[in-house]
Amino acid sequence: MSSENAPTFSSRDAVVCRGVGKTWAAGTKRAHEALREIDLDIKPGEFVVFLGPSGCGKSTLLYLIAGLEDATEGGIWSFSDKVETPSPERSLIFQETSLFPWLTVWQNVSFGLAIRGASQEERRAVAAEALQRVGLIAAMDKRPDELSGGMRQRVAVARALAMRPKVLLMDEPFAALDVQTRARMQDFLLDVWRDSGASVLFVTHHIDEAVALADRVVVFTSRPGRIKTIYPIDLPRPRNLFSREAEAMRIQLTELLRDEVDRAFAEQEAFAIPA
Amino acid sequence: MAVATREGETGAAAGASRPAAATRLLASRLFASMAGLDWLAKVWWTCLSISLFASLWELCWAMGWADEKLLPPPHIFLDNIAEQGKFFNTATRWQVGTSMTEGPSAFESVLITGAATTARVFAGLVLASVLAIGIGVLVRYYRFFDRLVLPTITLLSPVSPIAWLPVAIFLFGIGNAPAIFMVVVALFFHMVLATINQIDTVNTNLINVARTMGASKPQIYARVIVPAILPGMLQVLRMNLFGAWMVVLVAESTGVGYGMGQVIMLARNTFNPSLVFFTIAVIGVLGFTFDWLLRLAQRRILYWLPDTAERLRVL
Repeated sequence: MSSENAPTFSSRDAVVCRGVGKTWAAGTKRAHEALREIDLDIKPGEFVVFLGPSGCGKSTLLYLIAGLEDATEGGIWSFSDKVETPSPERSLIFQETSLFPWLTVWQNVSFGLAIRGASQEERRAVAAEALQRVGLIAAMDKRPDELSGGMRQRVAVARALAMRPKVLLMDEPFAALDVQTRARMQDFLLDVWRDSGASVLFVTHHIDEAVALADRVVVFTSRPGRIKTIYPIDLPRPRNLFSREAEAMRIQLTELLRDEVDRAFAEQEAFAIPA
Repeated sequence: MAVATREGETGAAAGASRPAAATRLLASRLFASMAGLDWLAKVWWTCLSISLFASLWELCWAMGWADEKLLPPPHIFLDNIAEQGKFFNTATRWQVGTSMTEGPSAFESVLITGAATTARVFAGLVLASVLAIGIGVLVRYYRFFDRLVLPTITLLSPVSPIAWLPVAIFLFGIGNAPAIFMVVVALFFHMVLATINQIDTVNTNLINVARTMGASKPQIYARVIVPAILPGMLQVLRMNLFGAWMVVLVAESTGVGYGMGQVIMLARNTFNPSLVFFTIAVIGVLGFTFDWLLRLAQRRILYWLPDTAERLRVL
């Protein structure tokens, strides 16, 4: 814990961001600012969706919270501990398949335990429990390439859950899935979230997905990413997504995003930005 | 397989309306049925491929285009295996008081010589792979090592193995060691660079997953990076296998007791084209078998990789 940056607040919030900024390749010609002055508090057990145009830095913020990258400004705390390295308490789930292709499903799920040197019986038991929760106990001994895209992401969720995380970070996890599968996966995720009690931070650029899932939607500006507004979705769960309120929220969010998308486009046309 | 079946179906549809397509239908049925017996089809195609090549050569001979003293066709150089085999008996040939008819039989001589060369290739490959993968991983693991070692490796990488030949002899004289050294030196530098390239292209997500699970740097290398680069490394190894076969002949021709390279040199010095082609045939068979075994091993070790050979067949 670096003392000079120690939080002066005794916050027990799941994630606290204070003045977080990130500049890639800082100090070089290729330097570009991805995030600026992010202040954000996320309660334990809260479901927060990050919504914004492509390249606005919302995934970057997720990586910073995961501890995979260091913020160039400000600080991030999780349950009053400064985030400096990755931790099993904050599991990250990626857009693409990130299962180890050479391991079976249960070995993938218990990878974190293998790292800690747990016995085979213990690992198998924990994997079985986690796979039970995602409804894939039957696929335990299969290999990732024998599974469909949706099943693989469920295994990835099981792998994250096996670490008993307090914060679940999800980087467009359902972006590669077809629409029907995605709707099913959203219901599945809400079940998992309710059972686990973890906070979920979920990155997407789908407004429908934001309205279906979030307690609060953090809307980002285009590059450099700042928080444009935080939009509460106070619809009761389970949600009727065809209700008039849901529709009104989707329209409002679309309005909020439109300016940013337009700006991002104009910027991209002005000069080609390295991805 | 799937493609062959699809061709069969479209062939059937066309054949119903047009009689001209009947032969195509028959042909595609033949292919489809052969695809069912996968390995048999492979053997069949291999034989077909080789016999096509051989018969073209025979044709050139029959037409009088190829002089049988310079380019003897297969039926001539394969005609008297016993006669050819005797030349492989280099192990005893130079000994005083030993006639060429003594010692191992012709067939045994070919076997011994082939086995000796194969063993050198194998030893060289194993040594080069272990060294190259080890050094490659160290280069990426320790930045210090990277800066210290990589420039030299890159510098030596383009040097032809032939240039190392005198060095091999200075260092190891004659015998097995210089031949193995030549194989190692021909493969090592490229394989180090290939290893580094493989490490650099490992999917970042896999590494990040391991990091979020609390894996340390050694654990990430042992449990993620090494398994992740294995497929690519085996591919590199297979490519380099042929390089190893090429180099070992050069090394052997300079002075080891016996080996395929020695036989080639003997054939050259005695102006014996039949022996040259016979040796080439034996080397071909050995290399082919080696490659086949390596592919078998590859499939065993890399059970998780899908078969991608059929991917472009749809074009």
